[in-house]
Amino acid sequence: MTRRTALHAEHVRAGAKLVPFGGFEMPVQYSSILREHEAVRQRAGLFDLSHMGQFWLTGDTVAPWADTLTTNAVGTMKPMQARYNLFCDQSGGTHDDTIFYRLEKRWLLVVNASNADKMWQHLNANRPELGVELENQHGKWSLVAIQGPRSVAMLQPHVDVNLDELKYYFCTEGHVDGAPATIARTGYTGEDGFELFLSNNDAPRIWSALLEAHRSEGLEPCGLGARDVLRLEAGMPLYGHELTEAITPVQAGLSWAVKTAKPEFLGKEALERQIQSDDYSRIVGVVMSGRVPAREGYTVWHEGHLVGSIRSGSIAPSVDNKNIATALVEKAAATEGARLEVEIRGTKHEATVVPLPFYKRAK
Amino acid sequence: MAQPEDLLYSKEHEWVRLDGENATVGVTNYAQESLGDIVYVELPKIGTEIEQFGNVGVIESVKAVSDLFTPMSGKVVEINTTLDGDPAAVNREPYGAGWLFKLKLSDPNEAKSLLNAAVYEKITTE
Repeated sequence: MTRRTALHAEHVRAGAKLVPFGGFEMPVQYSSILREHEAVRQRAGLFDLSHMGQFWLTGDTVAPWADTLTTNAVGTMKPMQARYNLFCDQSGGTHDDTIFYRLEKRWLLVVNASNADKMWQHLNANRPELGVELENQHGKWSLVAIQGPRSVAMLQPHVDVNLDELKYYFCTEGHVDGAPATIARTGYTGEDGFELFLSNNDAPRIWSALLEAHRSEGLEPCGLGARDVLRLEAGMPLYGHELTEAITPVQAGLSWAVKTAKPEFLGKEALERQIQSDDYSRIVGVVMSGRVPAREGYTVWHEGHLVGSIRSGSIAPSVDNKNIATALVEKAAATEGARLEVEIRGTKHEATVVPLPFYKRAK
Repeated sequence: MAQPEDLLYSKEHEWVRLDGENATVGVTNYAQESLGDIVYVELPKIGTEIEQFGNVGVIESVKAVSDLFTPMSGKVVEINTTLDGDPAAVNREPYGAGWLFKLKLSDPNEAKSLLNAAVYEKITTE
């Protein structure tokens, strides 16, 4: 059964194109992916991310326990801090990439919608007998993101906290138009912005209020289509593409989030071995020379040899409208400037390895 | 957008404008709306003989690659090269500047197997 978020009626009313995603019926676009993308880069966009899994973790030993299951550090997080983190298996393959939020009374763990059931089982299978309580809130709370250079100006009149004082990857408890909310300065677009955790009861009213108040300033409802282009330009991995059970965080270029100084965590030995060997296929940024878009699954060639495949691809409005992609390729083909060929419908098309991210916002 | 009355349509959402033994082919407004932002169009080469309802190219939107079919048989005599730099013309003007290719028809009788505007309208609203 496909589930609906609390904002489903708003999406239908706005004429969104809805598709099944992660077990939910989600908007892939409202007006046009390119138009929504432009709104986020130039002004701001509003996203419904309520399909994402939300777990509450409480108890005295959450942090030391979570540190044994994750690659990045949990125990060193400050109160109200948010941190990107990954869960791996024994061989280093990635179960999920997530964000931990250290709230006042509990930890909030946000996981990918498509991995929510798997992650719920993984956490429970590894839960200690004492000291950690887990609550599955998937679908019970809404998550609304406002992303873009104008998001501070647009959100500030609605909230009772000073957004200028909220640092990147921190959160605070407050109210949005009177509704209690956890307000986090996090996102997945490469722009400044906020993610608002709201009750399902309040979410439709807040969604409509933000849109009505700021549509004339160019705030647009945005779907998962625009979100995918935005995150790809910003060099952010998407689970199922740049990260899978068969692709480790090290291969995905996320070694900064693999803290091998931690005494132990699931997958540590395998990841350490991989880092030391430096001999593995890795995710690289690719820019196509021509106008034919690269798509997931296309084979990638280097000096006549098959070296890997495309993992994500799109036209990139913020990268001179070039066709950009990520590819998982052998080490020999992964150096910056390496000339690649991408096979598209039987023809090989020129491409070049470039550093990630493709797009970085002006500070 | 209403379907232009002077065109014929295929179930695969292409249109044909007949002009004696020649025909202009494009995709319908319904098709461009379903596809979303079009970013690349791969058309058949000039001089190619193509067969009715055969796969002759692709249309790519931001999200997906879709096959392009020809509603009639013939020899490709012209392709819309402006789409190379401006594929979005298919979104803006599917029945005008966003045309795809022109054919010298090998069998004008094939037009009988295509749909008129009213019938096509019906299959897109069902």
